[in-house]
Amino acid sequence: MPWKSAIGAMALTGLLALGGTATADDKIKIGVSYPTPTHAWAAGMNWHAEQAEKRLEELYPDVDLILVNSPDPGAQASALEDLVSVHQIDALVVLPFESEPLTDPVLNVKKSGAWITVVDRGLSQPGIEDLYVAGNNPELGRVSAQYMKGRLKEGDNIVILRGIPTVIDNERFDAFMAEIEGSGINVLDHKHANWNRDDGFEVMQDFLSRFPDIDAVWAQDDDIAVGVVAALKQAGRDGDGMFVVGGAGMKEIIKGIMDGDELIPVDVLYPPAMIATAMDATVNAFKSNGPVAGRYILGATLITRENAESYYFPDSPF
Amino acid sequence: MTMMTASDDAAAKTARRMSVDFKTLGPALALLLLCVIGFLLNPAFVSEGNLTNLLTRSAFIGIIAVGATFVITAGGIDLSVGSMAAAISGVMIIVMNNTVETLGTGVPTVLLGCGLAILLGIGAGWINGALTTKGKIEAFIVTLGTMGIYRSLVTYFADGGTLSLNFDIRGTYRPVYYDSFLGLPFPVWVFIGVAICGWLLLNRTAFGRYCTAIGSNEAVARYSAINVDRVKTLTYIIQGLCVSFATIIYVPRLGSASASTGVLWELEAIAAVIIGGTVLKGGYGRIGGTILGALILTTIGNILNFTDMISNYLNGTMQGLIIIVAVLLQRSDWKFGKSGKS
Repeated sequence: MPWKSAIGAMALTGLLALGGTATADDKIKIGVSYPTPTHAWAAGMNWHAEQAEKRLEELYPDVDLILVNSPDPGAQASALEDLVSVHQIDALVVLPFESEPLTDPVLNVKKSGAWITVVDRGLSQPGIEDLYVAGNNPELGRVSAQYMKGRLKEGDNIVILRGIPTVIDNERFDAFMAEIEGSGINVLDHKHANWNRDDGFEVMQDFLSRFPDIDAVWAQDDDIAVGVVAALKQAGRDGDGMFVVGGAGMKEIIKGIMDGDELIPVDVLYPPAMIATAMDATVNAFKSNGPVAGRYILGATLITRENAESYYFPDSPF
Repeated sequence: MTMMTASDDAAAKTARRMSVDFKTLGPALALLLLCVIGFLLNPAFVSEGNLTNLLTRSAFIGIIAVGATFVITAGGIDLSVGSMAAAISGVMIIVMNNTVETLGTGVPTVLLGCGLAILLGIGAGWINGALTTKGKIEAFIVTLGTMGIYRSLVTYFADGGTLSLNFDIRGTYRPVYYDSFLGLPFPVWVFIGVAICGWLLLNRTAFGRYCTAIGSNEAVARYSAINVDRVKTLTYIIQGLCVSFATIIYVPRLGSASASTGVLWELEAIAAVIIGGTVLKGGYGRIGGTILGALILTTIGNILNFTDMISNYLNGTMQGLIIIVAVLLQRSDWKFGKSGKS
């Protein structure tokens, strides 16, 4: 039996090229590799990946999706090797832990002839992936700044709580600042709150002690926003049209927007569900008659009360 | 000793008092200096609101650090406290959410949660202690292991995401963090209470002296008929208890727990203990210093948020520098010529 499946899998690529009919052993095997969820966003991603697996395997009985998560870059590299040697995958959907250490392992998968879809974090060498699916960090900053400009007037004051010092954070922040420039809105200060509720709470407490007049807060992330709101309520400064703009698309925040929360009236999407988009597109690469290869950059949609419902997943952990 | 004349004895006493005084004053001076810097950077630093925030915020690390003072004085170390706090918060939230239907959203549910937290803290501390003493594994390894276990347990309970407390229970429980008594928020009162109990226990009881003796020389302590295993286990249980107190006042703040709850608290607590003058290898402990240490750590973070003079990326550098300078201040015995620990 192992021999048979091995031979079957080896013959698979050839069969596909010839357009041969699929039998039980000729399944299209797609490996999906991503970091073990250790924070809410990643847990949401895990959930959406599992949902997509269920949905796609029901839709296409000849498609087999193999989900693997790894706790560190080394483990992810080994997982990729196993996907090739044990499962003999025809395609790989990968959200790399880190760009540098995973570029070579992904390149090796590529050499086995598999289709490569890279999600969210690019590899350090261009041209390896067939398809790149990602959210848009600069756009997230820009959309947030545009909303601020629409609601605030010249001379109004805002504070910014940033994430963990990383490229992602810089892209968001720089785009926000570029967009806000010249609008007359004062950015009083910006501090790192590490995409974390507790830090969001403490940094905001200090901003409130330091600045008597703040009109709005850009929290950049929904977890930070939760901490910011608690600090605003504690200081009794949550009224007077004060508002907070987060980002990502946490279900509790989306629910609040649906219910007309005035303190967090909007959210800017950076969805963990992008893994599902990548899995769909990868299956399409085998199933659709349209071309799939290329770059698929998701929009940083502004979620308002009107469209919130389509981004609300009550069963997801995020 | 008997050879020593009265004047020699007096001189030794004076020298010791001077060095002891400096040891006591070191962290206090560092804290005072920080406050002056904070005030110069921004007068709003000494506003009542900010000072209350500061005290309340230092309560978490401070309470945990009181427990850590016992563990470290007795020659142990506990790296699991941050993860333990996260795991206890997680279990508390789950249990309280699940008892809403039977007990309602009132005080009984909250009391149940708090009682459970205390039991879990004692249990977790006992596990660390028993594995160290009966299991004869180094404390560093035991607590490194339990650190990983508790951290991954909370991730598992939360399904990788965030556990949130039922909204109505949060309403009942919220005052525990946000309300005040005599102008001081409740967490500060808990901090004061734990600090006083800790000080009495370490300085005024046989148990406190046993801790010091074991930390100085475990073998000698054993020959002196001290039940070393029992005392050491008790220090870990005290540590666990302190973690549960910290958790009880932490949960009502944001009503949530996740894998990022309490990250690096263990290192902050250990830093607070050492800044305060307790010796890392055991044998000498100071509760008062620990409390100052916790306040210093929180104040550094607070001041860095009050200024944009220093690049955000250098926050860690500033914290590291201030920690080292604070310890340098209270370790500089050599200035007085007389050396040696008391």
